[in-house]
Amino acid sequence: MNCSESEVLIHALLDGELDAGHAHEVEAHLTGCSNCSAKLAMFREMRQAMSETNRAESAPAHLRQRIEAAVASAAKPQTSPAPSLAARLKFWPRVRRSFFGGFAAGAVLSAAAAAILFIAVVHDDQAQRIAGDVVSAHLRSLQAGHLTDVETSDRHTVKPWFNGRLDVSPPVVDLSAEGFALVGGRLDEVNGETTAAVVYRRRQHLINVFVARHLGHNLGETSEARHGFNVRHWTQSGLDFWAVSDINTAELNEFCQSFAAAM
Amino acid sequence: MPASDDPERARRFREATLPHLDDAYTLARYLLRDPADAEDAVQECYLRALHHFDSYRGPSIRPWLLAILRNVCHAEFARRARQPQVPVRNVTEDAAEQPLWQEPPPSPEADLLRHRDAQAIRRLVIALPAPLREVIVLRDINDLSYREIAEIARVPLGTVMSRLARARAMLRAAWNLEEESTS
Repeated sequence: MNCSESEVLIHALLDGELDAGHAHEVEAHLTGCSNCSAKLAMFREMRQAMSETNRAESAPAHLRQRIEAAVASAAKPQTSPAPSLAARLKFWPRVRRSFFGGFAAGAVLSAAAAAILFIAVVHDDQAQRIAGDVVSAHLRSLQAGHLTDVETSDRHTVKPWFNGRLDVSPPVVDLSAEGFALVGGRLDEVNGETTAAVVYRRRQHLINVFVARHLGHNLGETSEARHGFNVRHWTQSGLDFWAVSDINTAELNEFCQSFAAAM
Repeated sequence: MPASDDPERARRFREATLPHLDDAYTLARYLLRDPADAEDAVQECYLRALHHFDSYRGPSIRPWLLAILRNVCHAEFARRARQPQVPVRNVTEDAAEQPLWQEPPPSPEADLLRHRDAQAIRRLVIALPAPLREVIVLRDINDLSYREIAEIARVPLGTVMSRLARARAMLRAAWNLEEESTS
């Protein structure tokens, strides 16, 4: 990371908008760069001063009353709706006239601002939500009778079972040599989409692999722990994969590497 | 106006949106720099929001409401820009003459310093170019996330980040100048 990247990213760091990995990168740069770390301290102080002094203003009471009255009047059945409403609002007619020319002022700087690659580094709400979904689906699967729709250790039975039930053909690989036994497959739901779940077992631990068509969301390759479960995501061959289990991180990594290699 | 003559709908609307009136008013104050225009813009925003309330979907109503307000404020700016023959109050000159916010002066002495700082920060934020001012107000005063700001300002997330960095750097430079001149 160089100083010009850091100058922008320290703000995201201050605002808590960086994910752990990139926060770590920025912090690593800061330890080696006294200039940038002085800037961080300066902006932290400024942000602190702003949050202490500049809170949202209270709207005047008469404005609240005006709006209450206008909303109440707009909500009443009206015999001659348009004129009576417009008459109440001195601002309304002039704004209406200029409504379609509205965005000029906002466009001034957007061209100048570089569309840098920062989108990928910002803590992704969607990735978080899907990870939550995946863990919930894993938990549901652990309840009696919910683990598999097709229960067999023969991958040549599991894979065709998905055909016609999904718009993706999930890879079902044999990892028995690596110590992961195939348990079966089922249909599940992740992120509102019907998703394939392929189930493996090592010792008493179950591993759910959720497979969905990659929709182009940049979820990246991630690994995290949620509610005591380890979750790993990766994208391969146009598909998104999430592996969830209560086995330890090292074993889940081993599983994911074996799975990805066997595809 | 579909279903707008429904008192139940109006009640839901009031409950969802009126808690954010202070936020809306604050943003309008900073964007339009004129108290009377800010009040008009907020009222217009609430009427438009009521009109489009049925199309509101989503977890948080505040960014939705503030996006409408921002459109109203920009429309007002565009109107001013297109009517140069109409004498428009010179905002910057007025801003130099009058305090930007009329507030009761705080009594305890500790508050006095804070009050002075708050006034100085407001004046400096108000002086920022509109696209930078908007981002810093939404982030540091309205306390919205980068993603929400990107939606409201209709720019990519990277643009929010670079604008915020520039806004804070300009604000800091102006603040340093201010402190040098007062000390």
